Amino acid sequence: MSDTRRTLDVSALPNYAFGNAGLVWWGTVGFMVIEGSMFVIGLVVYFYLRLQVRDWPPSLPNPDLRYGTANLMLVLISLVPAYLAKVAAEKYDLRGLRIWLATLVLFGIGNVVLRGFEYTALNCRWDDNAYGSIVWVLLSMHTIHIATDVADSIVLLVLMVTGPITKSRFVDVGENSLYWYFIVAWWIPIYAAIYWMPRWL
Amino acid sequence: MNPPPLRDDTSKLRHDRPAERRETITTADEERLRRQLADTWYVPRGIIGWFSVADHKTIGRRYIITAFCFFIFAGILAGLMRLQLAVPNNHFIGPDLYNQIFTVHGTMMMFLFAVPVMEAMGIYLVPLMIGARNIAFPRLNAFSYYVYLFGGVMLVLTMLMNTAPDVGWFSYVPLAGPDHAPGKRADFWAQLITFTEVAALAVSVELVATIFKTRAPGMSLNRMPLFVWSMLVTAFMVIFAMPSIVTCSTFLLLDRLVGTHFYNPAEGGDALLWQHLFWFFGHPEVYIIFVPALGIVSSIISAFTWRPVFGYSAMVMSLVATGFIGFGLWVHHMFATGLPALGLEYFTAASIVIAIPSGIQIFCWIASIWRGRPRFHAPLLFVVGFVAIFVLGGLSGVTLASVPFDLQVHDSYYVVAHFHYVLLGGAVFPLIGGIYFWFPKITGRMMDDRMGKWNFWLLFIGFNVTFFPMHILGLDGMPRRVYTYPDNMGWNTLNLIASLGALLLVVGGAMFVYNVVRSYTWGTVASENPWGAETLEWSVSSPPPVYNFLHLPVVEGRCALWDRSADAPVVTGIRSDCREVLVTDVMDAEPICRVEYPEPSLWPFACAVVTSAFFVGSIFTPWALPISIVPLAITLIGWFWPKKADSDTRAEQPAGSMREARA
Repeated sequence: MSDTRRTLDVSALPNYAFGNAGLVWWGTVGFMVIEGSMFVIGLVVYFYLRLQVRDWPPSLPNPDLRYGTANLMLVLISLVPAYLAKVAAEKYDLRGLRIWLATLVLFGIGNVVLRGFEYTALNCRWDDNAYGSIVWVLLSMHTIHIATDVADSIVLLVLMVTGPITKSRFVDVGENSLYWYFIVAWWIPIYAAIYWMPRWL
Repeated sequence: MNPPPLRDDTSKLRHDRPAERRETITTADEERLRRQLADTWYVPRGIIGWFSVADHKTIGRRYIITAFCFFIFAGILAGLMRLQLAVPNNHFIGPDLYNQIFTVHGTMMMFLFAVPVMEAMGIYLVPLMIGARNIAFPRLNAFSYYVYLFGGVMLVLTMLMNTAPDVGWFSYVPLAGPDHAPGKRADFWAQLITFTEVAALAVSVELVATIFKTRAPGMSLNRMPLFVWSMLVTAFMVIFAMPSIVTCSTFLLLDRLVGTHFYNPAEGGDALLWQHLFWFFGHPEVYIIFVPALGIVSSIISAFTWRPVFGYSAMVMSLVATGFIGFGLWVHHMFATGLPALGLEYFTAASIVIAIPSGIQIFCWIASIWRGRPRFHAPLLFVVGFVAIFVLGGLSGVTLASVPFDLQVHDSYYVVAHFHYVLLGGAVFPLIGGIYFWFPKITGRMMDDRMGKWNFWLLFIGFNVTFFPMHILGLDGMPRRVYTYPDNMGWNTLNLIASLGALLLVVGGAMFVYNVVRSYTWGTVASENPWGAETLEWSVSSPPPVYNFLHLPVVEGRCALWDRSADAPVVTGIRSDCREVLVTDVMDAEPICRVEYPEPSLWPFACAVVTSAFFVGSIFTPWALPISIVPLAITLIGWFWPKKADSDTRAEQPAGSMREARA
């Protein structure tokens, strides 16, 4: 039996899409919302614990500003290679993409190294008191994010050098930059909480 | 090391639109397409294949079966409790074991049965209802299942080894803290939470992406089935609620393992912090369980009254409103903690307000049954039972929202009665109705309807005989979580009645299991659409083929099958030689692009094994984290490593409409 029927032929549609048109973006943003909620809860706990005691930090010195502030500067500058890598990805500029992704990886490694020094500058241990606990946890939550995204960027960079190069890989690089923005954005309130709240509150 | 250049001119493609046309599709074409799709979307076999599956139906089925196994295990624990409490001064079960039993019963029912089984229904049904070939991120879906399974097995093992958590399903500090709960029992509880929440969060992201981006063309948001709406609201609630419990249970683990002081008042911590964080998750949790059940109820009602559910917009808005208000109620679990009275008044108000959207839905369903042509098969009976029980549970909920009353019955059997009315009535009854309803779709065979009716009456009567007396017991002052009670309290008769009711529940439950097993083997073979229902899953064979839809459908109305015209268009031009799917836009489901889903793979399973080893290891040592980082990274890289041919490196073969495929 054969009959003609109405069809909607979608074969002309592209087989990749950047941003919220595609699927990967939704997965990335979904996890960003989840992790962002965890950061919010971490900060809420920080201020909740503040309310429980008279002095903040309770009988401990303030954290040193040096390394944390340097890291803030470094992540803010790293937005530039992250942005340029995304632009290169959206233009399928493989050479530019490799350069800026590699630069981003170098910045990320710098962040992780500086983060190691930040732990020494907190002037508290996680088991000193509840203040020490939440400061260590906030810093570590953010460190895990930075380290994970650096590892992710390295894998993407390797893929972009060895191939196979596919369009969906360019989309991945774009989403990787988006995730980096997210990590950078969260460092600002967490930095403010860890380093400045003890001075202000 | 120069990779090949990209082949096609992408800037031109980006502007191409889907084309409406008329095509000749012969039976031979369809047969060829059917064979190719079956090859492409194969479900791998063998032992390695079993652990590699990424098909939403297979994973969904496993989730449902596993969840029901935990339901039976936790149900047996409940039976043991009723046996213990049947008579006063009973020493059948000692206090230590009793503490483990009620803790594992609650924990398992909430975290390993109720939430996962509802998400499992979504995993199985949502792609079929919206006209998709698979769930988005299918490997993540497989990963979530194994993490869930391993977490559940861990809890069962602790119970069998007499080291199960014994501090209640909400594990309050300081009781659960390092000073008062020595050993590893509370740590097992804390990590079980991590297991189940990781799984639930992963599924929620998949469901949001699936629902927003892979609906069949024409299924704009305002044509989405109510069940899909309910899963969408649930997924969002999980995404915003569960980070709270992951955080607070991790803090508990850290307090116990490495000496942090989050919940230690002596060092600036706070015990009530636990309750805030727990209930900020815990209250939405009950809606996470209940909202999918509302979707199931709507599906059953429209199918068994042969009319669309009355008041679609009101229903959708009620679901969304429930999702929002559900986050504003958590302190009503903490009325007895001495928080400021003004704050409590807000939470009283919010707790009463949430009755409004529930009420709207109940009235819409009643109107649908009233104006429709109801057929009282087993699924609809369970729905009617749900309405009756849930309204009673809702009423006792409104009474509990009042602070003075709550203080009187706090921690008494009145609360136990209330939440069993809302959870069993609000979720388990619709769920069992849903199993009767979708069983033919999932297995290809009908469940026995006569046994289903018996099943319903046994469960309905058994439920009320078991739990109604608990209201009175609570008002008479019987506290919850006591392993026995003295003879002279006046609680003997009611406890005995409740225990006899539990016996009826056991018989009803056994009958349900028997009906499932028997029907699976000998049930009447089901047609595509045995109930004459209106959603898309009923347009494919029972059970559905691995690729779900031969041609992706184009949806023409809110009731996809009832509104379908004789000449309804179908989608062509999706590749059948790779796992390509159609991505559409959020609001109107206009086609945007085609993307390729990954093949089955062993990596998600490997990753779940490493993740589980890390979770269990971190109960015992903080070194579990550094030790597991490298294997975790290896499995993740293996998981995401691209295979040689992606759909766009194959781009020179045209994807092809039917015409091109034949050429």
